Formats: sequence, C-alpha cells, structure tokens
Amino acid sequence: MSQQDITAQRYESGKPKLRRYHQARWDEPIIFELSRPGQRGVLVPEVEPEIKEQVGDAFSALPDKMRRKQPPALPEVSQVHVLRHYLRLSQENLGAGLVSDLGMATSTMKYNPPINEQLARSPKVTELHPLQDEETVQGILEAIYRFEQILQEISGMARFSFQPRAGSQAIYTNVSILRAYHASRGEAEPRNEMIATLFAHPSDAACPSTAGYKVITLYPEESGYPSLEALKAAVSERTAGLFITNPDDTGIFNPLIDEFVKVVHNAGGLCAYDQANANGLLGIARAAEAGFDLCHFNLHKTFSTPHGSGGPGAGASGVTEELARFLPVPTVEFDRQRYYLDYDRPDSIGKIAPFYGVVPNILKAYAWVMGLGAEGLREAAQVAVLNNNYLLKQMLEIPGISAPYAEGKRRIEQVRYSTEQLTQETGVSSLDFALRAADFGAHGFLSHHPFVVPEPLTLEPTESYSQADLDEYAAIWARIAQEARTHPEGVKTAPHNAPIHQITDHDSFEDPACWAMTWRAFRRKAQDDHGQ
Amino acid sequence: MAHTPENVVYPYIPNSVPAIKQQMLREVNAKSIEDLYVEIPERLRLKREMNLPAPFLSEYALRRHVEGLLANNVTVQEYTSFLGAGCYQHYVPAVCDEVNQRNEFLTAYSGRTYEDHGRFQALFEYASMMGELLNMDVVNLPTYDGYQATATSLRMSARITGRQEALVCQPVSADKVSKILDYGKPDMQIRLVGYDKKTGQLDVAALKAAISDKTAVIYLDNPSYFGCIETQGDEVAQLAHQHGALCVVGVDPISLGVLTPPIEYGADIVCGDIQALGMHMQYGGGHAGFIATRDEERFVMEYPNRLVGIAPTVVPGEYGFGEVAFERTSFIKREGGKEWLGTMANLWGITAGVYLALLGPHGMAEIGEGIMARVQYAMNKLAKIKGVQVPGFQSPHFKEFVVNFDGAGKTVREINKALLARGIFGGQDLSQEFPELGNSALYCVTEVHTKADIDMLVGALRKVVEA
Repeated sequence: MSQQDITAQRYESGKPKLRRYHQARWDEPIIFELSRPGQRGVLVPEVEPEIKEQVGDAFSALPDKMRRKQPPALPEVSQVHVLRHYLRLSQENLGAGLVSDLGMATSTMKYNPPINEQLARSPKVTELHPLQDEETVQGILEAIYRFEQILQEISGMARFSFQPRAGSQAIYTNVSILRAYHASRGEAEPRNEMIATLFAHPSDAACPSTAGYKVITLYPEESGYPSLEALKAAVSERTAGLFITNPDDTGIFNPLIDEFVKVVHNAGGLCAYDQANANGLLGIARAAEAGFDLCHFNLHKTFSTPHGSGGPGAGASGVTEELARFLPVPTVEFDRQRYYLDYDRPDSIGKIAPFYGVVPNILKAYAWVMGLGAEGLREAAQVAVLNNNYLLKQMLEIPGISAPYAEGKRRIEQVRYSTEQLTQETGVSSLDFALRAADFGAHGFLSHHPFVVPEPLTLEPTESYSQADLDEYAAIWARIAQEARTHPEGVKTAPHNAPIHQITDHDSFEDPACWAMTWRAFRRKAQDDHGQ
Repeated sequence: MAHTPENVVYPYIPNSVPAIKQQMLREVNAKSIEDLYVEIPERLRLKREMNLPAPFLSEYALRRHVEGLLANNVTVQEYTSFLGAGCYQHYVPAVCDEVNQRNEFLTAYSGRTYEDHGRFQALFEYASMMGELLNMDVVNLPTYDGYQATATSLRMSARITGRQEALVCQPVSADKVSKILDYGKPDMQIRLVGYDKKTGQLDVAALKAAISDKTAVIYLDNPSYFGCIETQGDEVAQLAHQHGALCVVGVDPISLGVLTPPIEYGADIVCGDIQALGMHMQYGGGHAGFIATRDEERFVMEYPNRLVGIAPTVVPGEYGFGEVAFERTSFIKREGGKEWLGTMANLWGITAGVYLALLGPHGMAEIGEGIMARVQYAMNKLAKIKGVQVPGFQSPHFKEFVVNFDGAGKTVREINKALLARGIFGGQDLSQEFPELGNSALYCVTEVHTKADIDMLVGALRKVVEA
C-alpha cells in the first residue's frame, strides 16, 4: 500500500477522522509494593569524621521519649524504579500540554510556555532564601515590582499583593481587607452580610462564610445574570460587600455591572471583582471602569502559569488607593535606587501566607506578559472569544445540546452547555458523556454545584487552541452524542481507553468503615475484612 | 511605547494568523472581532491601548531580558547561607525535579480519577508516605502552606470541640501568629502563652493557668521556632485532653526520621509545611501544607481539603481512586462547606512523595542524624567565640538555634552586613520579632552544610565580633 493511501484513509469527506486513541495503562503497583528491603533511592551527605568525633553522641541531650523508636515504614526503592514509577504515573495523566484541555473549563487552561518554566527554574530563582539581604535579591524584587505595575494597568486598580497562593486565598484576602475597611469605620459588627452570585466559583460564597459572614446568593434570571431588583432587595445596612464575577461561568457578560456596583456602594458596601474569567477581557474592559473596590486575578489561569496538577497557582489581590493601606505585609516598593520590602504598614491585615507568595509563578506570569505586550494580551483575549463563539456554533449543531440563557447572544470566553434534551432522549447523562470523552483524550467539566443548568457541560477554549483543535473537540462530542442514540451502554460504561475502568464501590469514599486515605489504612481495613 | 509590528503572528496563539481569523469570523457570522463584544457597553470599555512595557516578541529577547533581571540576584549557591526561620535549604534530589517538571504533571489540573489516574495515585501515595512518617492514617492533599495548615487545624479543632479559644504556645514565628490571628476572625480567641526563658521549652504552669473549659485547642510547634525540641508534648496533650480540648502540633517533617511523631505523645492533629521535602526555596515559593489526623469520622468530616481514597474498579485487582466524603467541601455546599476548597499545592505534594520514596526509612533517619550532629558541632564551635552566647536556650535542638550577640557590642544587623561582605548570609535577626531575646539571631544548619562551611562561619564571626 502506498503512503498516499494510508493518508487518504485518515480522512472522511475531506475532514480528519477521529483519532484512534488509547491512554497509557501501566497497571502500576502502589509504591509500597515496589519496596525491597535494603534498596536505596538516594544517599544523603555523610557527616565528616571530624564532626562526629567532636560531637560524640548528638542525641545525648535528647530525652529517650523524644527519640523515634521505629523507623518510618517508607518504601525502600532503587532510584531507577522510583523514576520509572513516577514516569508511568505521569503518562496516566492528561496535562494541558499533552491534550487540548478546553474541556477543563472555568480554569482557563492555556499554553504554559516552557521558556517561562525554564526561567523560573533558574538557580537565580530557586536558590534564593526569602530572608536574604535585600541587596542580594534586587532582580527578583524588580520583577515582582514590574509585574505589579502591569496588573495595575490591566485592571486600573492602584495596588496589588501577590501573597495569596491561589485564587481562593486571594478571595479570602479580599474578604479580610473588606472587613478591615469596615472595622476602620466602626462598622465591622453591623455589616455582617456578603452578597455572592450563583454562577461564580464556590469560594466567592465559601470564603466570606469562613470569615463569619452570612452569605446571600443571587440566582440568575432569564438573561443569565441576576436582576438589579434582586440585588436592591438584598442590600441593606448589614451589607459588607459583593463578590461577583463578570462574565459569569456561563460566559454571559452582565452589562449592568456598574449599576450593581453603585447599588452596593449606596448601601455602604464594597465590591470585589473575581476576575477568574478575565481571559476574554484583557485590554477590553477593566475592574476600574466598572467601579470595583477590589479584584483578584489567578495567575495560573489568565496569566498562563501551569496548574501543577492542582497548584501551586498564584493569586493577585488588587485594591483601590483607599484600600491599599490594608494590603498584606510586606509590599514591594522602589525608592528610585533600590527595591525593598515594606513592612511598615500599620493598618495592614498582616500575613495571609509565608513570605511573598508563589514567587516562581509571579515570574512566569511576568515573562508571559513581556512576551506578548499590550497588543498581544488583547490579541489573546480576542482570539479566546473568537474560539469560544466558533466552538459554540459547532456544539449547538449537535442535536440535543443547548446553551441555556441569553439565547442567540454572543458569549465571552466560555459557555455552560446543557445536554438535557439529549439525556432525555437517550438516558445518557452529561457525566456519562464526559467520562466517554476521556476515551478520546478529552476532559469535560460539568459545573460547580448546585447544577442550576441541568445536565451541564462547561467548555472554555482559550486562545491556545487552533481551529483544528476546536473542530476535533466538537467532533468528539458529535460522535458520543451519536453513540448515545445507537449504543448508549457503551457510553454509560465508559471510560474504556483510560488507565482504569469504572469504580463501582462508592462506599469506599463515603463509608468511614471502608474509606482509606492512606495505604496503611487500606491494608488495615482489607485485613479486617479478611478476618471477618 | 514601542510598537508591535502589524499582523504579527503570536506563537502561543495559533489562530492569530489573519486568514484563519477571517475564516472563523465568517463561520460565526461576525464582520469583525468587535461584533463578538457587542454585549459589553461602551461605558465599560477601555478606550485606549493598555500602557504596558514594549514586549520581547522573540523567545531569545525575552530570555535575555528576564535573565538580565535575575542576574542581580545572589543565590545560596554563590554565598553560604545560615537562614531558616520557616524556609529551608535542603538538598533536592534530581529525580524530584525530573518528576515535577514532567509536562503531564506540571500542566494538568483537576481532571477526573480516570483520565488523571496518575495524578490521583501519586497524591494518594504522597499522603500514604506522609502517613508512615507521621504514624497517622489520614493526610490531606496539600493546602497552600504550613501557615494555612496551622490556621485550618485550629479551625477544625474549634468545630470538633464546639469551642472557640486556642492557646498558642510561644515561641511561634510572628508571621505565623499574624496569619492565625487573621484567620481566626471573628469568632476564635487566640491567646499566646509564654515560654521558659531559660530552656525555650513551653511553660506548662502558664498553660495550666490559662486552660479552661472554653479551650478548644492547645497548639505548639515542635521543633519550636527557636529550634528547641519540645520535650513536654505528652504533658501538654494530657492537659488538653483533661479539659476536653485537642492538642495540635506543628512539626517539621524532615525531623521525623529521628524524632518521635507527635501522635505518640498524644497529638490529635498534626500539621506543618513540606517545603523541606524536595522543594527548592524559590524565594519562599516552595511551600505546601499538610494536616494529619486519626481515621475517625469526627476528624475526617472537618477537613476542608481534598482527601483521596483508594477503591476497586470493575476489573479485579485494578486500583482506582476518588474523593472521600466530598460533600463536606465548599465545592458541593458553597458557603455551607468546611472553610473552602480551591487550587492549592498538589505539585509539591507529588514532589514530596518522590522525596520520601527516594529517601526511604534509612535516608530519613540518616538525614535527621546528620542535622543533629552538624547543629551540635556548629553550636559547640560558635560558643567559643567571645561575646557570643550559643545556644540561647538550654534545650536539645534540631536544625535551628538562637545565637545571642549581646556581648558582642554590635547589632545583628551590623554583624550580618559584615558577614554578607564575606559571602555569608547570617541568621535571621530576631531583635524586632522577639525583643526579649536582646540582640539575637536564628541560625539554621542542615545536611547541605559541610564542616568547612561551618568553620568558615565561625572564622568570619570571630573576626566580625572580636574586631
């Protein structure tokens, strides 16, 4: 058979067929099963004989009760087998570099350029102690200072802190700042209510609640966002503030956002803008123009730092000039000669986290912006929005899939779809579909809870995906929607091509007698079972 | 502002090719990109280009720029550092970095247990190995850092006991106290309890005077912020339990190859930071926190974090994983969940797992023994310098110790400047943080320090102090 024939067989009606995908399946043992007594993964630096001789018994001052009796029962594994084990596990994992990760929506999965990673992994970053003399860290302080200036321009806010180690901690930071503001006016006690919206990250409700606030949640109307009237009914002299996203996780932009802010301001509250969904707005619309008092960005979303299998991310809390005095300590300042850390901020809320935040990620985000510039950032935003509306059109062409709310209107950077009709017709749920999508190397995020959109599916095709990527993703969903009509059982028993098969025993996660969060607990409970 | 050339194609933005954009716009019935933003009113728009620095469009130019900035840093490889105080220079085995820079781990996020099986297994194994180190059955997926782990442990204790008062045994770093105070608002009362000025050990008599039936928890760091190994943990735990309170211990996990795990002297919750287990310091960017408890429902249900459990699949002998008791979290219950859940620090958890797998039981014991010996050597040597008092406290020490310079006639700041000129980062200045210690600094010695490093410090200090 000629080369040309093979190629032709990969296409149908001029379009590429879906790839015949199978993920790595190593059936890898738990690392404790790899243990062989005596094997070593790494040797530790030896204590020199002179030290030993001089010190004698280094434990002589330690009471016997504080000396560990049994060594920890860690696995004993040779180095090559540790490496091989983790390489295999890495293959059983879908990173955004490996797959088109637009199905991991609300998370802004974009390309994480290796150049930024290499720069942040330079010894000039990794081998810095946070308490070194400022003279010896002028480079990293300058990068942090410059990135703060960049975020000031992108948002229109006066100052930022990068101390929060991810987005939710940034929300909490903003709650603390908001509380400090009201306390400074003697209003901390009476203002004990916070308003949040439903189509936002759960932390916009959970962080205020953790800080002791009663949370009032506004539900969306037909438009996709809450009504101004509902907000007016919710505010009072008890209102401390509003935590809101825009666009919401539906990708629908609330055009009345500045009116919302005014209503809260008129009631004496402050407004915090969760900019987790900022990716479509860079250079287009900012927190300042809408009147916000606080905002936060996730550097691991909008600013391209990798998600690290669930962190570390990095959060950036931004505030107006009026609130800057409450920011966590220290801030990074510049006196036109040198960069320095300013701890002399008596009104500060104090520390949110150790030191200055996830510094390598601040540097990666800085490098990302410096590789694009103002026009490049706007291009990223515009292409993200174009990609989203392009995918929207294709997804809506699949019978049974809809995009509830604001029908016919343009979406910004993501869309929350519904398979409700398809589910009714086939009995296959959106979760089943998402599990089947794994058989094609795709993630599919449904929704945060509660599922107000029935049978939800949320997709966020950032600027990082090509037209072909979008076509392929839509084709996967067209295929599995078709499968649901012809052989639904195959979809419901998915995944078939993933590293493992369906877990059926969900007691293992809910029943205290069964659950096992460590290998030792698992072995103990398994043996108890055998004993009975 | 330098101008970006017209119609530049951005390597990170595949569809920035003008012809592709035009074709896609036609597909969505839009004349221009502006048509897609029709829902955003004019009054909310930024009506100008952002005023940002000119970009470095080529990767080479970008590298030159950023490396140029970073060249102004001096690292602990170039100088010799004796700084600790919450961030530690330990050796990071090469395999740790090899694994955590794998793009599959680095760029993944929160996929399901099926297609992200490897992430789940690596994190379950991390928790399992931490469980062996701590001798405990439940360990969470990493929270942000050790401060957050402590603050959440105190909140968990308050929920478990239905009480709101925390007794925090000094010495604890002022920054950690600041975090705890902020996180305890508005309901928790955080009371600091003093320490014995001679031994640096916690003050049991003061604790007895302070504890009541309002106390939810007694918290101590072991080793303490001053590096003292606390030897009265058993008495403290007993005292807490007698009053219906819990005992929470913050521990440095790298000490546990040689020191007794806190659960064995009665701790109910054990927490801390895993930066020492395979994370570079990264100017304070390498932190992640752990919280461990016994496998009891009343503890498990109060965690705000992810807990990964192991379970069978439909295929006999196949391991699967999933989220345990996820209903407790804010992801399901929003404001009704336990605190909150979000992106935290899983990559560092995976890395700490690699570290513990590499070190194994013998490595963890040897690293602890080596630190104990080097610390003792350093203290013995420094004690011989006139005007220098070492250690500040009569206690066994791990990794850190207080050096007092009251007799030296120079401030720590002056001494550290002089050391810096000799290529040494001296210990963290405690004179503001703990004024009662006078002119003191906190020195840190780990397995990375050779005899020559320590001797160099001693020689330099002698010159600086005795000059």
